[in-house]
Amino acid sequence: MTDFALRFEDAACLDHARVGGKCASLSQMTQAGVAVPPGFAVTTEAYLAMLEGTGLRNEIEMQLSRTDFDDVSSLDRSAQAIQIRFRSHHMPSDVEKAIRSQYEAMGRDMPVAVRSSATAEDLPDASFAGQQDTYLWVVGAEDVVEHVRDCWASLFTARAMKYRHDNNLGQIDVLMSVAVQKMVNARAAGVAMTLDPLNGDRTRIVIDASYGLGELVVSGIVTPDNYSVEKVLMEVVDRKISDKQVELIPDAAAATTLERPVDDDRRTAQCLTDAEILAVAELAKRLEKQNGCPQDVEWALDADLPDGENLLALQSRPETVWSQKAKEKPKSAYSTGLAGIVGALNNPIGAKTS
Amino acid sequence: MDAQTPLFPSAYELNAPAGAEGWEELYPYYLTFQPGLRDKEDGKFWFCDSQHWPNPFKPFDAVTVEFAVKCLGQYNTRHYLVPPANGVDYRIHNGYCYMSPIAVAPELIEDRIPQFMERAGHYFQNWPSLLENWHEKVRANINEMEALEFEKLPEVVPTEWITGGIGLDNTTHLTEAYDRAIQLLYRTWQYHFEFLNLGYAAYLDLFGFMKEQFPSIPDQAIAKMVQGHDSDLFRPDDELKKLARLAIELGVADALKAGLVDEALAAVGTLPHGEKWLGAWEEAKNPWFNYTTGNGFYSTDKYWIEHLDIPMGYLRDYIARAEAGETIERPTARLHAERDRITGEYQEMMDPEAQEVFQGKLGLARVVYPYVEDHNFYIEHWSMGVFWKKMRALSKLLHEEGFWPTEDGMFYLTRNEVRDVLFDYGNAWATGGEWIGPSYWPAEIERRRGIIDALSTQPPQPALNNPPEIITEPFTIMLWGITSDSIKNWTGGDSSSGDLTGMAASPGVVEGLARVIRSPDQLDEIQDGEILVAPVTAPSWAPVFGKIQATVTDIGGMMSHAAIVCREYGLPAVTGTGNGSSRIETGQKLRVDGNTGQVTILD
Repeated sequence: MTDFALRFEDAACLDHARVGGKCASLSQMTQAGVAVPPGFAVTTEAYLAMLEGTGLRNEIEMQLSRTDFDDVSSLDRSAQAIQIRFRSHHMPSDVEKAIRSQYEAMGRDMPVAVRSSATAEDLPDASFAGQQDTYLWVVGAEDVVEHVRDCWASLFTARAMKYRHDNNLGQIDVLMSVAVQKMVNARAAGVAMTLDPLNGDRTRIVIDASYGLGELVVSGIVTPDNYSVEKVLMEVVDRKISDKQVELIPDAAAATTLERPVDDDRRTAQCLTDAEILAVAELAKRLEKQNGCPQDVEWALDADLPDGENLLALQSRPETVWSQKAKEKPKSAYSTGLAGIVGALNNPIGAKTS
Repeated sequence: MDAQTPLFPSAYELNAPAGAEGWEELYPYYLTFQPGLRDKEDGKFWFCDSQHWPNPFKPFDAVTVEFAVKCLGQYNTRHYLVPPANGVDYRIHNGYCYMSPIAVAPELIEDRIPQFMERAGHYFQNWPSLLENWHEKVRANINEMEALEFEKLPEVVPTEWITGGIGLDNTTHLTEAYDRAIQLLYRTWQYHFEFLNLGYAAYLDLFGFMKEQFPSIPDQAIAKMVQGHDSDLFRPDDELKKLARLAIELGVADALKAGLVDEALAAVGTLPHGEKWLGAWEEAKNPWFNYTTGNGFYSTDKYWIEHLDIPMGYLRDYIARAEAGETIERPTARLHAERDRITGEYQEMMDPEAQEVFQGKLGLARVVYPYVEDHNFYIEHWSMGVFWKKMRALSKLLHEEGFWPTEDGMFYLTRNEVRDVLFDYGNAWATGGEWIGPSYWPAEIERRRGIIDALSTQPPQPALNNPPEIITEPFTIMLWGITSDSIKNWTGGDSSSGDLTGMAASPGVVEGLARVIRSPDQLDEIQDGEILVAPVTAPSWAPVFGKIQATVTDIGGMMSHAAIVCREYGLPAVTGTGNGSSRIETGQKLRVDGNTGQVTILD
């Protein structure tokens, strides 16, 4: 039964093939001592059990065989049909039991976020993740189970199906895991990259931050504050404070999130203190070191936790744009020794001679 | 601005303030802008070096700029043949010093390279042994200067000189001692630059390499990679801290806390372990109290060894802070660890080939860089301290003989006029007639004093004429921190806003109350937690760095003394704001951002 749901603390939860990139990363951070909201992964075995144990696989295959992937309306109809199929089946009972048991262990009626965690290496997470659903502020085992199923179903949006088709990826071989994670009562949240996305400068950590949950930052609905931190000296070297008009906050009563305007006095104020900026930068720097390559980190400051313990890592993944660029070879050989000094004197800003 | 109007004024149109007319005659002809050379002089860019010479020169004190800048030049031009750079031309205008670097014609640079490689190469390859030799030369120079005596002319030549068949009189020694003092000063300044330009050149190489690897790397990060933390420049301050600890340990701290220096020392002497502490105090004095609160370039600079109340004041402060449980010592272990961390983290971000190159350049920079810090103690503090002491003694002697009404009269004469006075003194002594000086100099000195005072009422221009499009002269950038950007700051500053921009010289951000200090005599006004704002600071202000939160200066670059000391003490610093000390008032609330170089006046 534990095969279907693994806590982030479990060693088995590091297995990318079983829990997907997001959960493996959360698990790795958890086990390395990084503060991460607690939670668990619904494994790919659970997804497979859903496909096999309910007859869903056959239904999907049948639907796919009738789909014209070059016809938008055919694709749309297929996508809708498959999603309806997902919702028309109960989850296999041992899978549901595993999810309920892990959820209840987190605490009574714990509000959680339910998100997809893709396993396929060749799905470019950055562009694809947004296509799979994220459900915030989910409360109660019933709803959690339902939203896990919805996450699975989200593999079959028209756009995702088209993408897999065009890239010769199997439609049904792409397995999905789902992360169930304690909801963060974010006072402020955002993204940190351990290089400057504008120019690939690795001496910088660049942070986007705004009030409330980070979704509005990630989706681009608010223009966040933008801070640049010198990575080695750990000093804030640049800050652009923007007008942050709205924030997404948890609405405990309605068990959902609420988008609301930010009060006038906070809108144009810096949303993190300098100490908080540096704490976020330290977190990102640590994650870069642990993972051995530049990272793109989602983080949040939890209003319910005391200062010093309130900074949480929500996600860390390798930065893709600059890291995949071929490293530019120096235009000419470095000059060393006295020749270097002559070069430096002749051209005091650059020390290379051709 | 139209193309015809230069960015900065011409010296020929900058009139002296009222009461300073005729100031040109106080300095040698070659130091002033000559009317017949206007076309040439206006065609050059001159920047004011108020970093080293913030106040108008008394005529005698101009010797410091003459010797220093001449000797800087000789090494570039005649010793090492630095490929692109000759020396720095300099003039005095309205009492202030303006500099103009002299580039080597582009077609001549190539030919100088092999010579530079051979000559400078010899120094780089033999740095430790040559530096040891340097220390010996400088100490011998100091010892010789210290041994010079100026004695009043006696009634008659001593009998022994008669019986010994000496055949000379006492004026011989007096005039020779004076000439020797000037010659020793001249040697001092030659030694000063023997290693300095090369030290900066190696640093510049590392600097350029790092900037190319990491275009946005803060200058201060590169500076931190080479900083020594055990420099002799910090020894005087460290000695006081040790004395404070020792005083507490030996139970003599209370006796030191009050009274004049002599009284306090006498009180310590009566205590059981007093002698031991006094022994340590005496030992620290030589050489470490040869340390000035000024910068060594002025006859008015005060040296600890002659003003024991200065180190005693700092010592008392350290005792109080140590007794309150504060750590008064510099965090050298932490600074060393930090230096290694910074170096390591940047290196990790380089590819393997660059890492190797980096190791080479860093290695050389670390060998040569300590000189850049250390020399300041041996030259500006110790050598200059002895020189000024001897010159003040001579001025006092001539004052007592009636040549001038105040002890400092001699400094209103040029160094060559002093030779004339010594001849006048010996001449009438020999003839049995009367000295002319006492009837000539008092009024003339008074007139000159008026001129200097008038010059002091007017601050210098940051620069003259038009700057080159891009500053490429390496020493201008390194020694004076003058770049195309900093020149923009001088002209573009909007004085109505509450913001000042300077060089981000030492990291950190703080808010606090400003304390504007225009002279080292005001240092005791500083209260705990204030932000020091000054035209320029000297390394010897270190003892107050334990009290302040940050420093803002008008002048100075990344390698300026203020920047070095702030990094050493872990305080934020913004240098080269241009006019911070005039725009900021004591008591105003400031935000100092040593990461970006921004200073904001908050009220």
